[in-house]
Amino acid sequence: MQNKHNKGWYLLFTAPLIIIFLTVVVIPFVIGIYYSFFSWDGIAANPKVFVGFDNFIKLFSDTRFLESTWKTTFFTILAVISVNVVGLVFALLVTSKLRTSNIARTMVFMPYLIGGLILGYIWQFIFLDVFTLIGEVTGFEKVFFNWLIDMDFALYALVFVFTWQMAGYIMIIYIAGIQSIPNEVMEASMIDGASWWQRLKNITFPLLMPAFTISLFLTLSSAFKIYDVNLSLTGGGPANSTEMFAMNIYNEIFGYGNYGYGQAKAIIFFFIVAGITLTQVYITKKREVEL
Amino acid sequence: MKKFYKILKEFLLLIAALFFLSPVYIIIVNSFKDRQELYENVLALPKEFSFQYYIEAMDKMNFMTALGNSLYITILSVLIIVILSSMTAWMLARTDNKLSKIIFMVFIATMLIPFQTLMMPLMQFMSTITNSLHIPMINTREGLIFMHIGFSASISVFLYHGFVKSIPITLEEAATIDGASKFGVFWRVIFPILKPITVTVMILNVINIWNDYLLPSLTLTDKGLRTIPLSTFYFFGEFTIQWNLAMAGLMLTIIPVVIFYILAQKHIIKGIGEGAVK
Repeated sequence: MQNKHNKGWYLLFTAPLIIIFLTVVVIPFVIGIYYSFFSWDGIAANPKVFVGFDNFIKLFSDTRFLESTWKTTFFTILAVISVNVVGLVFALLVTSKLRTSNIARTMVFMPYLIGGLILGYIWQFIFLDVFTLIGEVTGFEKVFFNWLIDMDFALYALVFVFTWQMAGYIMIIYIAGIQSIPNEVMEASMIDGASWWQRLKNITFPLLMPAFTISLFLTLSSAFKIYDVNLSLTGGGPANSTEMFAMNIYNEIFGYGNYGYGQAKAIIFFFIVAGITLTQVYITKKREVEL
Repeated sequence: MKKFYKILKEFLLLIAALFFLSPVYIIIVNSFKDRQELYENVLALPKEFSFQYYIEAMDKMNFMTALGNSLYITILSVLIIVILSSMTAWMLARTDNKLSKIIFMVFIATMLIPFQTLMMPLMQFMSTITNSLHIPMINTREGLIFMHIGFSASISVFLYHGFVKSIPITLEEAATIDGASKFGVFWRVIFPILKPITVTVMILNVINIWNDYLLPSLTLTDKGLRTIPLSTFYFFGEFTIQWNLAMAGLMLTIIPVVIFYILAQKHIIKGIGEGAVK
């Protein structure tokens, strides 16, 4: 009797969320795998033709897709380095008890709240007008010009704006990590005569490994999945040179109407994202030290 | 010498932080200028402050409607997420059996699925539900809320689950002996204890849902249902060349975020830090 009673409560507490979760995430995921084996243009009246693994084989000869994969990887490497370096430097400065710490933290975090789409539009204007103006006035026209119309610089512009958006967020995570380092450890090392750099290298960094694991995970996965900033800043241009993985999938499905083929790309996308992030977490977790 | 370094550091930090906010300065000053003035010098302060472009942008973006939609969707989604995911997480953490473990594992595993992997089949499935069961999932704000809840479930359950594990079980046992039902135990004893993590869950979800563009762009087609990111996107599609008007529009979209930040700054920074460490 008691047991049956408990089962009722269990169902009442968990069923609503599980049903929503199943319909929004789990079932579409399974349907998605099914679609990836078909050739279909998305129009309900048209037939879905079973093609087996053809969609997946086709990926290897799709130059635009391969190009986009390579560009996304390159972008991710640059973005992860730049976001983490900027975030960590700010975190170290902000926690070194300066009078401007609080106000700096507030300002640096602000862009994260504004969101990728709107930040992209703001920076579109800055590259277009402010950069050209600075170039004209200072004469450094090789650096200050409209980055968005250059095939190589457009990608750097994307890294730049992505860093602008994410650095404050990552900074907060590093701050939480730095503040969790016990004061006694720092004081003891100072008494022992350790220099600033020795303390940073031998105490701060090893004890920051958990924060490092999380920051890397967050930047890796969000850089690889970048879409909003990509859409509003470059729109994939010029000439598809900044069409990242996520945008390539969107265009394949909703732009060209290749629903089956696009979904096969989307499934591969999942395996890559899961593979990269799990490997990273596994590697960095091993290096975490216990105090 | 040490003091000099300290002042130098203070100064550099302030400059760096100001540099981070400089885009906001650029949009503010240019949102007041007319076209000619804008192209004379984009960095200069405006000669006069007229709100002409704000009024025009507000009208063209349907700003008040978009603001209303964004508020409605974000608030309702976050409230339901908090209620449902805290209940689910507590039950899963406190019922030690295989089923609970499997359900929790599925929640965690799906966190790795990118939205792009789900978007097309999700839209297909939602239109099937709309057509065959006559539940309007597509092109309604409530349908979008339903989907937001589904996508936020994993991370929210994960955060609550970790927190519940750290609460001693004796509290609940005492309340149960006193004759309270599971419902009573949860809402009167447990939910108040969960407050710190509830703040974290709310803030993370508010940021994600408020700024989300792709999901609303796929589900909402009616002009009157557009959220702020959606109306910004369409606004830019039409008025890219008129930058002063565009700047006023961007400024409008930032104002609600700034207000939210000023009101809840402490909670936001604490919430983000704690959410990540978990």
